[in-house]
Amino acid sequence: MNIILSGVLVLGGIGFCAALILYYVAQKFHTDDDMRVQKIEKILPGANCGGCGQAGCHDFAVACATSDEKSFEKLHCTVGGNKLMKEIADILGYKAVEKAPTVAVLRCQGSCQNAPIKFEFSGLQSCRLATQIATARSECPYGCMRLGDCVNACKFGALKMNPKTGLPEVDENKCVSCGACVAVCPKQLFEIRPKGKDGKRVYVACRNQLKGAQARKNCSVACIACQKCAKINSEIKIENNLSYIPTSVDAEQYGEILAKSCPTGAIVYTGLKKENNQHED
Amino acid sequence: MKTKTFPMGGIHIDKHKITSHKAIIDAGLPEYVYIPIKQHIGAPAKILVQKGDKVKVGTLLADADGLVSADIHSSVSGEVVKIEDIVNVDAYLTPMIVIKVEGDEYEKSIDRTPDIIKDITLSREEIIQRIRESGIVGMGGAGYPTPIKTTIPEGKTADTLIINGIECEAYLTADDRLMVEHAEEIIIGAKILNKALGIQNAIIAIDENKPEAIEKMQSLCRKYVGVNVAVCESKYPQGAEKQLIKAITGREVPSGKLPIDVHCIVQNAGTTFAVYEAVQKHKPLYERIITVSGDEAAETPQNFRVRVGTPASFLIKQVTKHPKKIGKVIFGGAMMGISAVNMEAPTTKLTSGILLLTDKDANKPQSSECIRCARCADFCPMGLRPYAIATALKNHELSELGGLHTMDCIECGSCSYICPARIPLLDYCKLGKMEVRKQLKK
Amino acid sequence: MLKISTAPHINSPQSTQSIMRDVIIALMPAFVVALCVFGVSALEVIITSVAGCVVFEYMICKYLMHIQPTTWDLSAVVTGLLLGYNLPAGFPIWMNLIGCFVAIAITKMAFGGIGKNLFNPALAGRVFLLISFPMEMTTWPKPHIFDFMNTDMQTGATTLGILKHLDAETSATALSRATTNQEQLPDYLDMFLGNIGGSIGEISTLALILGFIYLLYRRIISWHIPVYYIATFMILTTIHWLLTGSTQAEPMTQLLSGGLFLGTIFMATDYTTSPMSRQGRIIFAIGCGILTYVIRFYSVYPEGVSFAILIMNAFVPMIDNLCVPRVFGTRRK
Repeated sequence: MNIILSGVLVLGGIGFCAALILYYVAQKFHTDDDMRVQKIEKILPGANCGGCGQAGCHDFAVACATSDEKSFEKLHCTVGGNKLMKEIADILGYKAVEKAPTVAVLRCQGSCQNAPIKFEFSGLQSCRLATQIATARSECPYGCMRLGDCVNACKFGALKMNPKTGLPEVDENKCVSCGACVAVCPKQLFEIRPKGKDGKRVYVACRNQLKGAQARKNCSVACIACQKCAKINSEIKIENNLSYIPTSVDAEQYGEILAKSCPTGAIVYTGLKKENNQHED
Repeated sequence: MKTKTFPMGGIHIDKHKITSHKAIIDAGLPEYVYIPIKQHIGAPAKILVQKGDKVKVGTLLADADGLVSADIHSSVSGEVVKIEDIVNVDAYLTPMIVIKVEGDEYEKSIDRTPDIIKDITLSREEIIQRIRESGIVGMGGAGYPTPIKTTIPEGKTADTLIINGIECEAYLTADDRLMVEHAEEIIIGAKILNKALGIQNAIIAIDENKPEAIEKMQSLCRKYVGVNVAVCESKYPQGAEKQLIKAITGREVPSGKLPIDVHCIVQNAGTTFAVYEAVQKHKPLYERIITVSGDEAAETPQNFRVRVGTPASFLIKQVTKHPKKIGKVIFGGAMMGISAVNMEAPTTKLTSGILLLTDKDANKPQSSECIRCARCADFCPMGLRPYAIATALKNHELSELGGLHTMDCIECGSCSYICPARIPLLDYCKLGKMEVRKQLKK
Repeated sequence: MLKISTAPHINSPQSTQSIMRDVIIALMPAFVVALCVFGVSALEVIITSVAGCVVFEYMICKYLMHIQPTTWDLSAVVTGLLLGYNLPAGFPIWMNLIGCFVAIAITKMAFGGIGKNLFNPALAGRVFLLISFPMEMTTWPKPHIFDFMNTDMQTGATTLGILKHLDAETSATALSRATTNQEQLPDYLDMFLGNIGGSIGEISTLALILGFIYLLYRRIISWHIPVYYIATFMILTTIHWLLTGSTQAEPMTQLLSGGLFLGTIFMATDYTTSPMSRQGRIIFAIGCGILTYVIRFYSVYPEGVSFAILIMNAFVPMIDNLCVPRVFGTRRK
């Protein structure tokens, strides 16, 4: 009996003391957190990807909670998309602004077939490191290094190396356009572009700034700045021997014409993808 | 004799100094030279010539753009045929001036007599001006413009000038031969630098595997007051600035600071020789000594006197009859050299050697798992922990890198060299440095 | 096609494989002594443990982890040799294989393979066997030099066993204890050369020191761990001996008997399970020394080296965090 009693007393005593300490600590270190911040943080993806421009999800939540109606419009969580922003807007009592979904696109088609690998690179497999000792893997000094820094940087598993082409491929469904690949690529090959209606986008998949003949020699799908696309749509500008299609160009309307007008195939129109794939097979 | 060295880390490598007894010979004139307008740290020089211009040896081709930049002179006489972007050895498209060689005419101001001029007649300002006009940069490899290094920043003082005659890199013997064949000129060069800096003494540091150079320098130094020889242990990286200062003076350059903060100035032996030629002979920096070496790939390794801009292939042809055997061309030494993407890359003011490896030696060994032997940390001359840097990068713990002092890495490559699992630790350190720089920018 | 790669373009001649090969070479003198003293029964144990470890590693790499088998780095051979050295001659084969499994599968590969294990595989295997099969693990055949085919299991106790037994049972004065039981103990020369009972690899101090000299000459290990370990242990033992006068603490006997040299030269210095800074290694060695003293003198086990090293292995991550080398140009915090 005694043993049971002393056991109960001792353990109960310890429990009581611990409860007192916990209570004291909770009182002493209490912070006046904005409840809204906590609420928002709870529904955020928690990936801390930095796609919103903030250091992490907590910072984004704070930014949302401290924003007014106007500045809230500028905030956008690319991972959660419009649905999440609506929820946050509900918490804050603001109106959510629909934003067109975006996706990362690779502006290079210098695959093993189009621009054969010229240098055997050994060392740590990292594009950023390799660019310090070799301008490129192929002849094109602006092309993809094919060592997969972007794949390592992607926290969402949206990028994968295609062993056949040697180029990374973006999985449209997984990509949240956080911009990690844009930041990491030493050749600035990635661009965040609107996903487009039914996933139809049109863009110049080339970054080379060499003159036409040289560019063509280096890579069979290089932009040779032939001005053909610029004649179709006046918004398209050619600078430094390179064409750029702004996002304002309507992909559905011009996409197919542009892609077909390009003599090298540097312009990619995703609406045509299926046909292309069949052609490749 | 007791030799000096730095206490922390450092490795003993097989130095392969196969050309240390080969006298310097003239490499001759190639058909074309390719002169990059950026052969130094800082801004590229402004091009002064046009296509079709006739130039002589020593003609100014490009003018220094700002303080951190350097003049570029023609190394041959002939006609400028092209100015365009060509892939340099450091992998960047660099504008280069291509000159077709015609004859061998020199600018009249250059004193080409073999006499050694001992009297230093120019004043301090004139010396610095002459160094600037001659386009001299640090020839050890960093390429920092020398005029800046010869002016002591305000508020700082210097009391020691160290002439770095330590070629701790494997294979290279360019500075070794220079010290043997032009010992007196280097000593006068040191005196010139002394005058420019306002310091009384100079220490010529040579490592113990160059007995001929040590002997020559020691006997000559008796004639010159204030110039002394310090013999250092033959250990890698003894020639690194911070390690050399520690070995000679016992002072430790604080993290993130420059040698001038511990009152020291280090100049490479080759730079010192170039300073002598510029100041006493009015000769701009248009040629340098280059070791072309290799174990099997180079049949007749040699020390060449080479005009700046000479393509590597022109030199390679002179040392081997079987260029097909070559698997890798390295600009610099085996530890820190850059491997070139093609043999046409031009030599610059900074090229101290060209190392040829056979196909077999060119392959980097496959890396395996870290066995935690801690050799990388034990041998790091900076006391870093490369294994921890690699782990932080692999685990995406980028905020750790600052605490690991990644920026203090001198990229000597001791960690990669010594790693029994062949992990490219130096690559991780370089990547880590990039990440830290990115964080600092934010 | 020119190859391009990052600097440096040369590598040190030492690779993981060559390091392991050197360790195997350093273990050979002890192997020869074991053959001379215990004959085939020792050979059988060693072959079983080496083969067991190599096969387990190969199978796990190939069929469970689906990676290139790491057999050729020879680390499994070293583990097998060390495990065999820690067993008594004539140890049953099936038990030996269980030891191999614990060493390779549980202690090494379950943590991720070479370089990732927290505990020394050979020691973990040995301790597992010692706890599971205490009888077999402490059945020590008596030495019969140059009688190779002798499989006659005439057993005796190890030096440490005798000492422990004495200390526990006898209640005579220190002096009489020393005189009555001194005959049971082998003399120093026998202990030094290896003419005593004990685990296969631990008997000859001379052979182990030869291996140590080879490892130092090839720069595989630094002298710090063995020297600090033995020095700490000897200082504590000597103090104990001077204070109590007990026979058990007779320093020379303690030094030359048991697995002290085998453990300190080959197992405490294992790269993976020892700290990565010099300062850390010294702390680790001192800790091992203290623990060995405590276990040998105050626990039921006569031998404490393997427990001491295993316990200190657990502290390695902490030591690594605390002992950071000074970075050039900074002051130690």
